[in-house]
Amino acid sequence: MEIILSSASDRPIYEQITSQIKEMIMKGELKPGEAMPSMRKLAKDLHVSVITTQRAYDDLVKDGFIVTVPAKGTFVSAQNQDFIREENLRRIEKLLSDAASLGRENGLSLEELEKTLELVYTED
Amino acid sequence: MEHAIQVKNLTKTYKDFTLDHISFDLPRGTIMGLIGENGAGKSTLINAILGISGSEYDQADILGYDISTHGRYAREDVAAIFCDSHFDLEFTPLFLGKMLSKVYKNWDQKTYMDYLEKFDLPFKKRLKKMSTGMRVKVEFAAALSHRPKLLVLDEATSGLDPVFRDELLDILRDFTEDEDHSVFISSHITSDLDKIADYIAYLHEGKLQFVSSYDDLRNNYGIISCGQQFFDALSREDIAAYRKEAYSYRVLINNRQKLRQVFQDIQIENASIEDIMVFYVKGEKVQ
Repeated sequence: MEIILSSASDRPIYEQITSQIKEMIMKGELKPGEAMPSMRKLAKDLHVSVITTQRAYDDLVKDGFIVTVPAKGTFVSAQNQDFIREENLRRIEKLLSDAASLGRENGLSLEELEKTLELVYTED
Repeated sequence: MEHAIQVKNLTKTYKDFTLDHISFDLPRGTIMGLIGENGAGKSTLINAILGISGSEYDQADILGYDISTHGRYAREDVAAIFCDSHFDLEFTPLFLGKMLSKVYKNWDQKTYMDYLEKFDLPFKKRLKKMSTGMRVKVEFAAALSHRPKLLVLDEATSGLDPVFRDELLDILRDFTEDEDHSVFISSHITSDLDKIADYIAYLHEGKLQFVSSYDDLRNNYGIISCGQQFFDALSREDIAAYRKEAYSYRVLINNRQKLRQVFQDIQIENASIEDIMVFYVKGEKVQ
């Protein structure tokens, strides 16, 4: 498992941790049922506060990516492709809504935004 | 016992200095860094918590025991290290180990010898012949060998070189991997605290300015360099303190995420503990 943190980044450390773990789970690098390091071990190894890893794990549990079994540890949840797709759809919606609100602030019409989306969609 | 240290309204008055109604909790299993200028009251606070000097308080518990009435119950589980050795300087590390094994019920001779070796300390050299740094290392070896639950460090690392301090940070990380272990550390080397502290307590002129998790400090504070126009546009309540420099303003903001949403393109630097401390003391507050 690889987690790369940047202390110069604007993003909070716990977010950097959650997003990288989420990505590993969605890509299948972390398999369902696989054991996660304990919060304290992860904090120690990443050289961050245990409050940070606790927050990251709390968010991952809340979003259903990992489960905590009392006295056993933390594991990647056994989830299906639908779940992952749903999570991705949620992210897309969030990104689009950011784009929409930025567009509104700058006086762009819906058509103009659609045109931009069309352009970037066909570009790749 | 949820907290390693729990203090409510602790007050200590000297002729020309008052430690003023200090209240804070150190949750079990975490590291709290105590920062403040010289004379801010850090050592006074630490001595009061350890029961070395008397104080008035509503509550002052260490590992769940009241410091003045039941302090002796906690003593076995607390290790305190100061900036210089308090052992007799005629002792050798070997003799010291023998003696301490009679003092502490939980003394672990093997751990002690392992630490002496790890720290490159000669077993049979008298403490008075050692450098300050070596003596502090002996203190650490001794402190960690009676299996304490709470480590209290008062400027203990200040005389140590960067390489050993780094090693020490790893030792502290190992130490707190056990959720029963806590650390209360005062240090002028705030960069060390940036690396390990879970909580930061800031003492200024005998008063506690804030106790905050390191995460919150990092996520909320930030520094912006800007010109007059931008400075005037900033909401006053987002400015913790600012410094006017020759050609620009340096602004310590306390609401980074909100500002990030409003201004997406500005550079916001991370504020270190040192930055926050210097801004608080030397920066100007907005009216």
